[in-house]
Amino acid sequence: MDIYRAHVLVCGGTGCSSSGSAKLIDRFNDKLAENHLEKEVKVIRTGCFGLCEAGPVVIVYPDGTFYSHVKPENVDEIVSEHLLKGRKVEHLVYTDHATHEQNAEKKLDDITFYKYQHRIALRNCGVIDPENIDEYLAMDGYKALEKALTQMTREQVIDEILKSGLRGRGGGGFPTGLKWKFTYQSQADQKFVACNADEGDPGAFMDRSILEGDPHAIIEAMAIAGYAIGASQGYIYVRAEYPIAVKRLSIAIDQAREYGLLGKNIFETGFDFDLNIRLGAGAFVCGEETALMHSIEGKRGEPTARPPFPAVKGLFEKPTMLNNVETYANVAQIILHGADWFAAMGTEKSKGTKVFALGGKINNTGLVEIPMGTPLRTIIYDIGGGCPNGKKFKAVQTGGPSGGCLPESLLDTPVDYDNLIAAGSMMGSGGMIVMDEDNCMVDIARFYLDFIVDESCGKCAPCRIGTKRMLEILNRIVEGKGEEGDIEKLENLAETIKSTALCGLGQTAPNPVLSTIKFFRSEYEAHIREKRCPAHHCKSLLQYKIDPEKCRGCTACARACPADAITGTVKQPHVIDTAKCLKCGTCMEKCRFGAISRE
Amino acid sequence: MEKMISLTIDGIAVEVPAGTSVLEAARKAGVHIPTLCYLKDINEIGACRMCVVDAGGRNLQAACVLPAADGMNVKTNTPKIRNYRRTLLQLVLSSHDKKCLTCVRSQDCELQRLCKELGVEDGDAFKGAMNEYEIDDVSPSIVRDNNKCILCRRCVAVCSKVQGIGVIGPVMRGFKTAIESPWGLKLNDMACINCGQCINACPVGALHEKDDTAKVWAALQDPTKHVVVQPAPAVRAALGEEFGLPMGTSVTGKMATALRRLGFDRVFDTDFGADLTIMEEANELVERVQNGGVLPMITSCSPGWIKFCETYYPDFIPNLSSCKSPHEMLGAMAKSYYAEKAGIDPKNIVTVSVMPCTAKKFEAARPELGHDGMADVDIVITTRELARMIKEAGITFEKLPDSDFDPLMGQSTGAGVIFGATGGVMEAALRTAYETLTGETLAKVEFHDVRGTAGIKEATVKIGDMDVNVAVCSSTGMAAKLLDSVRSGEKNYAFIEVMACPGGCVNGGGQPIVSADVRAEVDVRAVRAQALYQEDADKPLRKSHENPEIKAIYADYLGKPGSHLAHELLHTSYTKRLKYTD
Repeated sequence: MDIYRAHVLVCGGTGCSSSGSAKLIDRFNDKLAENHLEKEVKVIRTGCFGLCEAGPVVIVYPDGTFYSHVKPENVDEIVSEHLLKGRKVEHLVYTDHATHEQNAEKKLDDITFYKYQHRIALRNCGVIDPENIDEYLAMDGYKALEKALTQMTREQVIDEILKSGLRGRGGGGFPTGLKWKFTYQSQADQKFVACNADEGDPGAFMDRSILEGDPHAIIEAMAIAGYAIGASQGYIYVRAEYPIAVKRLSIAIDQAREYGLLGKNIFETGFDFDLNIRLGAGAFVCGEETALMHSIEGKRGEPTARPPFPAVKGLFEKPTMLNNVETYANVAQIILHGADWFAAMGTEKSKGTKVFALGGKINNTGLVEIPMGTPLRTIIYDIGGGCPNGKKFKAVQTGGPSGGCLPESLLDTPVDYDNLIAAGSMMGSGGMIVMDEDNCMVDIARFYLDFIVDESCGKCAPCRIGTKRMLEILNRIVEGKGEEGDIEKLENLAETIKSTALCGLGQTAPNPVLSTIKFFRSEYEAHIREKRCPAHHCKSLLQYKIDPEKCRGCTACARACPADAITGTVKQPHVIDTAKCLKCGTCMEKCRFGAISRE
Repeated sequence: MEKMISLTIDGIAVEVPAGTSVLEAARKAGVHIPTLCYLKDINEIGACRMCVVDAGGRNLQAACVLPAADGMNVKTNTPKIRNYRRTLLQLVLSSHDKKCLTCVRSQDCELQRLCKELGVEDGDAFKGAMNEYEIDDVSPSIVRDNNKCILCRRCVAVCSKVQGIGVIGPVMRGFKTAIESPWGLKLNDMACINCGQCINACPVGALHEKDDTAKVWAALQDPTKHVVVQPAPAVRAALGEEFGLPMGTSVTGKMATALRRLGFDRVFDTDFGADLTIMEEANELVERVQNGGVLPMITSCSPGWIKFCETYYPDFIPNLSSCKSPHEMLGAMAKSYYAEKAGIDPKNIVTVSVMPCTAKKFEAARPELGHDGMADVDIVITTRELARMIKEAGITFEKLPDSDFDPLMGQSTGAGVIFGATGGVMEAALRTAYETLTGETLAKVEFHDVRGTAGIKEATVKIGDMDVNVAVCSSTGMAAKLLDSVRSGEKNYAFIEVMACPGGCVNGGGQPIVSADVRAEVDVRAVRAQALYQEDADKPLRKSHENPEIKAIYADYLGKPGSHLAHELLHTSYTKRLKYTD
């Protein structure tokens, strides 16, 4: 193995890739070669660092200098100054949002964004090269599989997972160990393990980051699961919209086969296990376990009634154990460090950590992994850095389209499965979207429902028709055509859909509406009764007005108006014709005297 | 011994075998849980959610797919559940084309009945966007109106699971979900066999037969036309249901009277055509057996089956009997034998068949089924369409006196009557073949092994010193299974009867529609078949070759079975078909 004096870690995660980190890698390699440093410094593309807001992110080891917002032209400077001369490029070093200090001498864990985090599922993301199995092995990779196969009985493995208190990270929160146990107990000539990598919640990308940053962790966990329940074949159902994840998984599976960690007689124990990837076409409902399995079977991706549960009758009518990516990402660590180590983290009924994708109106958008029980406030303010531009926090949406919006008053809720449900939302797969005073809660509910209406599979009547009718009512309300009784109608429909829908998608679809009605009913009422959007967001309800006192008659607004809705004589106060006004806001931007207001 | 499960439904204790659904357990306890997408044994998918019950879980569960479990305490009728069901119905109504007054299924619609029973007051409570669909009426047999479709998928299940065809299925998703053929093709461009089982499964008016009654009325009104009608055997076993008579009532005499009152010039009987078919088919079988022809020979009376064979099992085309189906034979005779006898130019004869079958509409239009540029049968109407004509004409059916069919081609034997039930053609053929081959009189005419509603029935019949292996199957799904076993060499038969519809013609796609609730309780196929077997038992003559009018037609006109003229008029050929049109 070659020895390098320095390593340059370039984030190849979702966020940094879209802000151009691939170009950085090429530039680094070119510049290092130009300076004859290619044998001294190694560039590694890693998985996600989590702090997407600061992307593209580059870390230089051994000193651990954390560079943020690195552009291709900055690469030359990093190479010539830092790597050649040993001088940090100060203006590129990340500044902590909370302490306003540069991290020059600090370790990553001392940065406020990372301080509250505890990375188990994401432990290798941003640390290793996901396309190199040796790097995974160097991080104790496949040790847990070896331990399970050579030192533990199948029952002991299941018991360890049971005792750890690990619960399904895909949203349902079902005790993982129980699922393993039930599938283990099913009698059949063949069983399967499957991995749900059909991440579809808008804004959530933790499964993607794990697959892209640490694919072997999933392979190892699935092999352990296969051993525990008695399966020799596994399927990873991953959406085709994640090409990098698919590519890295394929590479990882090939490497694992090459190293004898998949295939026949693993660790000479007589245990056979192999994995195949199945691509999903991006239907949200295919994240529902029965629909996912129908999709793998080549059928229309639609849920079917349970029971029978997959543990009894799943893929190809055989007992099947399906876990989510993040759930699997915890497995090897639990086997290695023991159930007690894992159970020591978290709350009474929710153990370990949970990854959240922080997004929306928050300073530090990105991926965070926190111990269960961390209060929402810590996540949003300490880790996330609060709302940008000094705006006032209004709500946080958790659980994606199945979850709900929680107001300021619930920010001290310690995050775990049961607390979030009790608060009227849910964990879901871990999307966490922050809203500030400019967000209209009726429109937020409408947004999520619009997503559901698009993604409903159409099998059961309440979800197929009911969500569509709810959306129509919400559309009316935001357009200022709401009627008295609409809220009650929404509530009746929501309750009916929640109680009668066939699968989890439908049963949780009304949550965003119910939670916003519960916590922000006054916003609904303002839309319906006063035809007013308190957040000044809903276009149909906005009115632009010119204050004649402040207007100087400069005509800038009239000239800018695309609809010719503003009239007036030069040096005289102008007037907006609300009938013609498109509510685009251009006039307000153009007015230099603050004479135009929106209400 | 079967494991039994004890549970409580609305406080009523009930014991059911393991594997029973809560829905069925409830019905056993006398509790009727409403359903819409449920079709016993065929479509149990929990899609409409009408049957939701509280079984103590986190959410309500659909009783049709919820297995009864020991100690379960089920509530089916709480105020909440009633409200949910009403809301669900209102949602279904909000995307349903509510032209109820003029709908072919008005008063016979399961959605309409549920709305009434569950007290839905406002059908427009959730008025909103509707999907608009072009009506697919290109098929000669089946009209699909997706504007009325409630997406229960009963048609899809029957087409794919029972018939093994699957030319319709859900496409798109969410609110845009629709039952369509692949690539938006019309049903007629698919390998649909026109059986119409989808129509019988439909709870609403989204599927119905192509209505040809206007053509019949026009012919009846045309003074230059001599209109000859013939009803199929199975029609008499079900027509009464349309007029409130109990299922299984045979209405042969009333039907003949009604047809006459409608103004048909001659009322012949397809039962006669069936006897004629037996003469030709038994002769063909004997010839094939004696001359080393292609065996097994397979019956050709069911046009749905014929199209199925031509499309999905074309390697069996040489096995198909070359005999036309009974009504086609009678049609051909009406325009030749009868025309000659009555001195009427066959060009002025209009032949109308009343059939339990929608595929007969397709069959009648097959170019090979005609002579001298004239179709053997001009118009086919179903049992349902005849009932509509009778109602439209103001005929009080239930009070009609009985009358006989017209002579020449109106007399029939018991063998002809039982054609309407699965196994009937086989039994009728065996009665004649036995006597032809052995020259002996058949003492016991009933062949019980080939009766009943089992999908596949087998029998070995001793004819003289020959053991003849025969098989009978109904539904094309079963036919596929049977043919696969023949193809693989696993099974070996001399003669096979296939009917496209489960239970045979009594349960044909043109018969009166029976609601899912009734179908769950009553085996429609058996009850209607019983009417035919009773009629057979009551007939003085029970073998086709004993029918005096059959004897006369051969003596006066055709010569003998399989004669040159018989071949010209009564036999046909088949064509291999593609699953998809180019």
